[in-house]
Amino acid sequence: MNRKHTIAILVNDQPGVLQRVSGLFGRRGFNIESITVGASEEPGLSRMVIVTTGDDHTLEQIQKQLYKLIDVIKVIDVGSNPMVARELGLIKVGAEPSARPEILGIVETFRAAVVDIGPNSMIVQVVGDSDKLDAMIELLKPYGIREMTRTGVTAMIRGNR
Amino acid sequence: MSAQSATLKSKEELIEKWSKPEVITGSEMLLRSLLLEGVDCVFGYPGGAVLYIYDAMYGFSDFNHLLTRHEQGAIHAADGYARSTGKVGVCIATSGPGATNLVTGIATAYMDSVPLVVITGNVMSSLIGTDAFQEADIVGITMPITKHSYFVRNVEDLPRIIHEAFHIANTGRKGPVLIDIPKDVSAAKALFQPVKEVHLRGYNPTVQPNRNQVDKLVRAIEESERPVLLVGGGAIYSGAHEELYEFVTKTQIPITTTLLGLGAFPTGHELHMGFPGMHGTWTANTAIQNADLLINIGARFDDRVTGKLSGFAPHAKIVHIDIDPAEIGKNVPTDIPIVGDVKAVLQVANKLVKRADKADVWRTQIQAWKASKPFKYIDSDKELKPQWVVSMIHETTKGDAIVTTDVGQHQMWAAQYYPFNKPRSLITSGGLGTMGFGFPSAIGAQMGNPDRTVVSINGDGGMQMCAQELAICAINNIPVKIAVLNNQVLGMVRQWQELIHENRYSHIDLAGSPDFVKLAEAYGVRGFRATNKEEARRAWEEALKHPGPALVEFVVRKEENVYPMVTQGSTIDQMLMGDSE
Repeated sequence: MNRKHTIAILVNDQPGVLQRVSGLFGRRGFNIESITVGASEEPGLSRMVIVTTGDDHTLEQIQKQLYKLIDVIKVIDVGSNPMVARELGLIKVGAEPSARPEILGIVETFRAAVVDIGPNSMIVQVVGDSDKLDAMIELLKPYGIREMTRTGVTAMIRGNR
Repeated sequence: MSAQSATLKSKEELIEKWSKPEVITGSEMLLRSLLLEGVDCVFGYPGGAVLYIYDAMYGFSDFNHLLTRHEQGAIHAADGYARSTGKVGVCIATSGPGATNLVTGIATAYMDSVPLVVITGNVMSSLIGTDAFQEADIVGITMPITKHSYFVRNVEDLPRIIHEAFHIANTGRKGPVLIDIPKDVSAAKALFQPVKEVHLRGYNPTVQPNRNQVDKLVRAIEESERPVLLVGGGAIYSGAHEELYEFVTKTQIPITTTLLGLGAFPTGHELHMGFPGMHGTWTANTAIQNADLLINIGARFDDRVTGKLSGFAPHAKIVHIDIDPAEIGKNVPTDIPIVGDVKAVLQVANKLVKRADKADVWRTQIQAWKASKPFKYIDSDKELKPQWVVSMIHETTKGDAIVTTDVGQHQMWAAQYYPFNKPRSLITSGGLGTMGFGFPSAIGAQMGNPDRTVVSINGDGGMQMCAQELAICAINNIPVKIAVLNNQVLGMVRQWQELIHENRYSHIDLAGSPDFVKLAEAYGVRGFRATNKEEARRAWEEALKHPGPALVEFVVRKEENVYPMVTQGSTIDQMLMGDSE
């Protein structure tokens, strides 16, 4: 059965490492829903978080194939544990002065923030899990979404693990 | 042989000389590092981006380099060297087209897990990314077909990178590693200090098996009534043929070896069933389909072995021993996975296993199948049959040659009619199925085994894909014996077009190919032609006696098909028996 999986990959911070990982996904027919990369707690290592869909067999193959890359140090199936998964979205929404109070009401409800106001638009910044971003976007659609960007999910296992 | 024999200095003196810490160029570091890795022959082709590397070779008599006539010839030769010796094969090419000409050879080695270190030059660092003359992103191009790759940014890193590359190439699941060196890095100078240790946090192949898993294997054998061993190239690559022999002797389990596994176990042994799969033996395929226990040792359940996956070994509990965990469960769901080096696993297992006592009826059954369904063909006194030619080659080389093949019908006939008894005797492109591989790989095999008879069996199609390397055989007196089974057609494609595409023979006619005898002679290689058995035997024996390289063209029957055959989409027990019925 196809499910969403969230995988964290600790990699050497080497030129080409993103290409090795993403190339492996492409070549083996694994799907990438989102991918984020950045520094990790250890100098010289980066952490990637990839959200993918597939059955359990595919997930097992993804992990095993990733481990074959010399630059991959550790692969963690974050999604199979209690986790915190967050993504950040910036949404530029049409906002004539008359519509602003309504939009601000939505922003407040979602604990989002307005980070820029133009003559007839504003940029809303929202942080949360992907469902929250989806819901927020849905509510802002009637005002006219002019531009939108999402970072993709980054995630971590809760607790001491 | 061209091997420039190194000076009379002792090995120790040489190592001391090469290891001496001094300020030298990246090119000299490269050559010295290769020598310190034990490399005794490099195959290559110079060009602009590797001028400094070739300059460093000038007058450096310790370093043996064989100049091929095409980069593809160089890498297939390095591959043949590696497969036949177990050492890492090394080749060098320049940037751009030099590097891209290696791509087929890298993919060939990757698919068959062959340890290679592939060195390419690249344009100056300052020109990288500018579409400079002869620039190609070879690291990017080859990422999916290398085990690992390096782009060298600093000359100081070179000794470490070379040492790591050899370590990665020849440990774990073996494979090709590429090192791309920009021209300025090969010219830059730095203090050379040999590197002897490897620190790779992300690379720790599991060699020793989990004991619990081996215990499960032992129990499964005790309980099994119809066990089968399926042994692949991994058994040869880990040097486990003796352990395998002991394992089979102790358990008395019937064994089949894949195309790449041929030679891991003596073909003539009563428990050996031949090779399985598309053109394998009826016995091996039928045994797999009826087995209640299938023990895969270092094979990867390739589609040419399994046929239709959903109907493969339907009654069997599956055990899979492999150094590469990703192979376990990739194609076939596995009941008992054992990750480890085949040799290490068998050493542990051999202390525990007993004879498979419940399998007596099964063993008798298999002997009966073997007797009733051997490989068969209809011989002729009017035309030369390719199967007869292979048998004659086997007989005249006393079964003791290293045989390289190209890809196609002749490859299958070589596997069927040349019984291999020793590991590293059959050199063939199994995974990628690379035409043009057969002949240049024989050159590498001969360089690595100067005292062995090396026979290269080719079709008339594949022979023309790397024929230019006849030159280096003649110039360096590399005494490869080349057989060309000339049926004037792309035989395997013809066979599929006949059987699957209803005799619609599309673009397979190779009539008008050059006269192979004249072609050989043009390069300075002895050429012979044979059209009947008497000529064939005489020509071949003369070729074997000739001290240098020789080519024999055998004009064989065009319409001959390889049987048995499992068509794509069928389970492996649904075999077309053809003439062999």
